[in-house]
Amino acid sequence: MNQTYTISIFTEDIIGLLNRVTIIFTRRHINIESITASESEVKGIYRYTIVVTVSEEQVQKLVKQIDKQIEVLKAFYHLNSEIISKELALYKISAEALNENELFTRIVNQNHAKILSISPDYIVVEKTGDEREILHLFYDLEKFGMLEFVRSGRVAITKPMKTLTSYLKELENKNKTTVKHFNN
Amino acid sequence: MEKHKKYNTEVTGAEAVILALLDENVTDVFGYPGGAIMPVYDALYDYMDRLNHYLVRHEQGATHAAQGYSRVSGKPGIVFATSGPGATNLITGIADAQIDSTPMVCITGQVHSHLLGTDAFQETDVVGISMPVTKWNIQVTKAEDIAPAIAKAFYIATTGRPGPVLVDITKDAQFGKTKYKHEKCESIRSYFPCPKVNEEEVNAAAELINNAKRPYILCGHGVLLSGAEKQLLALAEKADIPVASTLLGLSAFPPTHPLYVGYLGMHGNYGPNYLTNECDVLIAIGMRFDDRVTGNVSKYAKQAKVVHFEIDPSEINKIIHADAAVMGDAKESLDLLLPKIKSQKRTEWLKRFADCNDVEFEKVIKEAINPNSEKLRMAEVIHKFHNISNGNAIVVTDVGQHQMITSRYYKSNIPNHFVTSGGLGTMGFGLPAAIGAKVAQPNKEVVTVIGDGGFQMTIQELGTIMQSDIAVKIIILNNNFLGMVRQWQQLFFDRRYSFTEMKNPDFITIAKGYGIKGKKVTERANLEDALKEMYESKQAFLLEVVVENEENVFPMVATGASVSEITLE
Repeated sequence: MNQTYTISIFTEDIIGLLNRVTIIFTRRHINIESITASESEVKGIYRYTIVVTVSEEQVQKLVKQIDKQIEVLKAFYHLNSEIISKELALYKISAEALNENELFTRIVNQNHAKILSISPDYIVVEKTGDEREILHLFYDLEKFGMLEFVRSGRVAITKPMKTLTSYLKELENKNKTTVKHFNN
Repeated sequence: MEKHKKYNTEVTGAEAVILALLDENVTDVFGYPGGAIMPVYDALYDYMDRLNHYLVRHEQGATHAAQGYSRVSGKPGIVFATSGPGATNLITGIADAQIDSTPMVCITGQVHSHLLGTDAFQETDVVGISMPVTKWNIQVTKAEDIAPAIAKAFYIATTGRPGPVLVDITKDAQFGKTKYKHEKCESIRSYFPCPKVNEEEVNAAAELINNAKRPYILCGHGVLLSGAEKQLLALAEKADIPVASTLLGLSAFPPTHPLYVGYLGMHGNYGPNYLTNECDVLIAIGMRFDDRVTGNVSKYAKQAKVVHFEIDPSEINKIIHADAAVMGDAKESLDLLLPKIKSQKRTEWLKRFADCNDVEFEKVIKEAINPNSEKLRMAEVIHKFHNISNGNAIVVTDVGQHQMITSRYYKSNIPNHFVTSGGLGTMGFGLPAAIGAKVAQPNKEVVTVIGDGGFQMTIQELGTIMQSDIAVKIIILNNNFLGMVRQWQQLFFDRRYSFTEMKNPDFITIAKGYGIKGKKVTERANLEDALKEMYESKQAFLLEVVVENEENVFPMVATGASVSEITLE
């Protein structure tokens, strides 16, 4: 059964590593639904958040292949129920919406959205929420004339997970065990 | 001899490349110069007494030579190539090394860093292109980063599950100055090459093996890579377990041992394939359940519990679910397992393999090695060659029918003495890989068996043999067909022989042009003497044997069929 999984990947800060990771999806003909990358709470360690809809068997194999990349510290996968996630969306709509100011304001307020800027030609609205909430507001605002719409990828915090620093300590200990060289 | 006295002195980036290789105990390099790697070749000029460079005739040849070198020596193979076409020509060999877990360090020149991304002359994004087929790669744009990058490259290539790495060095980094310092890479915080063997996993494996009535060992390349041949033998003997080998695992277990039951795969032996579906515990050691081994996965060993010894965690449950997985180095794992294994006898179970072997001998082998046909057959050539060399030669194959015949009929006695392109199935692998093997083991006889098709894919490497005087022996099994494809056309495409017939050149004349002795055999009566002459020759020798045009390799597990549906004719 296919489900939506959020894959969190902790990596070193290396040029091209994101490419190495996305190749793993491309090769298996799996579409990446959203992807974000930014520095984590630990300096120099990056966190990629990738959303895919696949079977559990597929996501397990994907994560193992990702983990296998030399400069990936660790990859995890989680179901929606195991994470707290948000996306950010920006909506640029025609300033004509102000002609129906009451309705427009009500929609923005009911959706817990925020007006970021108003100019003579357009209004920019900001909304943080899950995919469903963001699309809901999209359809509500569409009638005013949608000039532009952009959605960020998902960012997610996992509920049951060790802190990255404690995990890094484990990794250090793991590497203290002797490594056998192939040519020895 | 002292390698060099350059610590903490200022050198060019190019010289740092050479010094770093010397510090990694490199003695041999296969390569081809060109614009973007000229500074490295210039630096090499001063170190020719310490670093042997073999000038190949095409960069693909350098990669396969490096593979052959590595497979018989255990050392990583080293390749130099220039940017652009030089670098792209490496890709096939790198992909081959990746899928067959062969350590290789490729060093490519790159255009000046200020030209990167401008479509400069001979610029290709080789880091991007090689990403899916390397274990790791890196682009270096500063002289001071060269030595650490090379140290890291060697560590990654040779540890854990070995593989190819590529270090791409811009020309300005090669020209730049740096204080040379080499520090061996001992660990990388994000990389755990060799999981520490978990005692509980070993206990679970031991319990399954001890309770098994019909256990069956599949040994793979991992046994050779880890040097676990003795442990494997001890395990098999202690618990009286039959052992079959994958293509890449050949030579890990003595082929004359009573517990050795044969070779797995599409054209492997009858019993080893057929009885996979009758064992109760399948013990996979350092192998990855390639589709040529499993046949139809949904009908593969469904009745058996599977014990999987594997160093690469991503291989566990990738194809076949493991009931007990022991992650780690095969040798270390088997060392821990052995004392927990009970001694047993399994006469009846072993007899099943012997019976299957009798059937295969009657239906396939007897006729193949001693045929009634007028024309020579591939198997009789390999069988005779085996007898002449007593199974002690380093045998390197190309890819196709001759490869399957050689794997079936040449019984390699000595570990790491059988070299072939398994996962990628690269035609053109044989000749350059044999060159590399001979460079690594100059005192051994290296014989490559090649088809007429594959030989012409890297035929130019005869030039490397000539220039560097490498005494490689070549057997061409010439059937004037791309035989394996033709066999499939016959069996599955209604004998529509679409572009598989070859009009071949006179191979002996070509060899002569390169100063290589040659002989062509068409008659059975001349075969043995010709094989002896080839084998005993002190120099390179090309023996062309003209064989039956339309011979098929059997047994066979057809695509989509189960291993138990293996056919003998």
